[in-house]
Amino acid sequence: MTTPEVIRGSRAAARRVPPARRRSIIAVGFSRIIYEILGYFRSPDTVFFTFLFPIIMLGVLTAAFSSAGNVNPVPGGPSVSVGATYLPGMVAAGMLLSGMQGLAIEIAMEKSGGTLKRLGGSPLSPVSYFIGKFGCVFVTGLIQLTALLLFAWAVLRIDLPTSPEAWLTIAWMFPLGIACAAFLGIALSSVPRSGKSATAVVIPVMLLLQFFSGVYLQFHVLPTWMQNVSSIFPLKWMAQGMRAAFLPDGFKVMEQGEVWNLGWVAVWLAVWLVGGIILSRLTFRWLRRDT
Amino acid sequence: MTPEVPMPTTLTNPDADTAVRVRGLVKTYGNTTVVNGIDIDIARGETFALLGPNGAGKSTTVEILEGFRHRTAGEVSVLGTDPVHGGLDWKARLGIVLQSSNEIASHTVREQLRYTAQLYPNPRRVEDVIAAVGLQSKATSRVAKLSGGQRRRVDVALSIIGRPELLFLDEPTTGFDPEARQEFWQLIRDLKDEGTTILLTTHYLDEAAQLGDRAAIILDGRIIDAGKITELGGPEARTPVVRWIDPDGVEREQRTLQPAALVASLVAEGGGAEPNRLEVIQPSLEDIYLALVRQTKGDLNDNA
Repeated sequence: MTTPEVIRGSRAAARRVPPARRRSIIAVGFSRIIYEILGYFRSPDTVFFTFLFPIIMLGVLTAAFSSAGNVNPVPGGPSVSVGATYLPGMVAAGMLLSGMQGLAIEIAMEKSGGTLKRLGGSPLSPVSYFIGKFGCVFVTGLIQLTALLLFAWAVLRIDLPTSPEAWLTIAWMFPLGIACAAFLGIALSSVPRSGKSATAVVIPVMLLLQFFSGVYLQFHVLPTWMQNVSSIFPLKWMAQGMRAAFLPDGFKVMEQGEVWNLGWVAVWLAVWLVGGIILSRLTFRWLRRDT
Repeated sequence: MTPEVPMPTTLTNPDADTAVRVRGLVKTYGNTTVVNGIDIDIARGETFALLGPNGAGKSTTVEILEGFRHRTAGEVSVLGTDPVHGGLDWKARLGIVLQSSNEIASHTVREQLRYTAQLYPNPRRVEDVIAAVGLQSKATSRVAKLSGGQRRRVDVALSIIGRPELLFLDEPTTGFDPEARQEFWQLIRDLKDEGTTILLTTHYLDEAAQLGDRAAIILDGRIIDAGKITELGGPEARTPVVRWIDPDGVEREQRTLQPAALVASLVAEGGGAEPNRLEVIQPSLEDIYLALVRQTKGDLNDNA
């Protein structure tokens, strides 16, 4: 990135410096990923409410309900520990929090604090900005997933999936779900009126969604109306898809219709992804040209 | 029959010596006219100060030039480009210090500058800029931990890292202590010596007097006076004022181009006695500015 000393020193001492090229939008975007990740881990709020939250909740719920013994929906079928039944929901919650909650709060604060305006007056392309944001979401989401699985396996002694099919499901669901959540986060970022209210507006919405979607409460114990309401939103489908990957096949009897329905998981997440792209395109203002 | 087509004034080929050219700029919001027909020319290398009370239309004008706002009418050319169509290459030639911000800043001064420098084709060296704004001892501090004045210096540092041809400074020294302001002025003079064109808006008229080559005063969306800083207000407003208390205890004030002669005559009249509370005042830019604003407001009220 530095101009060779020759050019700066002797040749162009008195004259104008020869026209150098700006770095490409993509290269700038990728270097912003590092910048965003630095900012992410330096924000105590983000580290607690977005990064650590699913890990802490998994620990708390497992400790609270483990005394009830293992869960076994099909008599004679495989049983798993209580912690194992919560793990898929926490993986889904992590995707939602890293993508949607993290971005919604951060962008809202950047907007009200003047960062977006300053960037809008600088030669930073919105494309680079979003490469930075999305890269940060994917990387921190992946670190979060790894930390969550490590914690579950090493501390809570939860067995992780061993079949390649299960990991394949995780491998396509994770990027799809987190991309979907990230776009919805951009759209949601335009709702809070100020940076200060961003946390107060975003976190309760996310919490409610998590309760409705079978993250903190087991989905099969929820009343049908609640299951139906949550079926509109993407989190329920993320959690269902993750249950398909993490739980023994026999557990599908506890789902709506007694099937995993991965096809619908893919379709519904794709629909929300497209919806999120459209919504964020409509609501995000890089430069508020006129207010 | 030839239809009469109004000749568009070309903006594509402005005088190469002109950094900013504004003609008949108008900005309205609904029924409110914020900017009402402003003309500005800023030559390359010049420091131009835009003065005026709050709500006079300064910031709106500047934000139109920076490309943040659309205009309602008029022509604007900034570095040969209409800001509405200014792309990234155009933005790379500008430096912008916005009015004081409230950014969540978890990066250090050096990180912030390093990442910003990457956006520009020919950036200044990060360490040079840190030194220029006097933040060497804070280079590894997070911006959020700095004082208001120090954060403002970070704003300035970010605006000059890209070696801008044209620098916008909107109330740059708000929150500075006197020493920091002096240092800041020196920094601006250095930038000016390098040929940077500067558009400064400020409330501090001593700042405009220190840095500006020319200035315009905006009131109610119009320019009420413009010219060299040393000529603003016209000769009348710049005439020195002599004030004293006459022997009857009455406050007296007289404008004169020969203040020394007047004082001498006062002494002679008083039979050699010192005139009471004698003052000879060279009107400062602030005095001239206040007189102009007061006079214009008076005129507006008379017309109303």
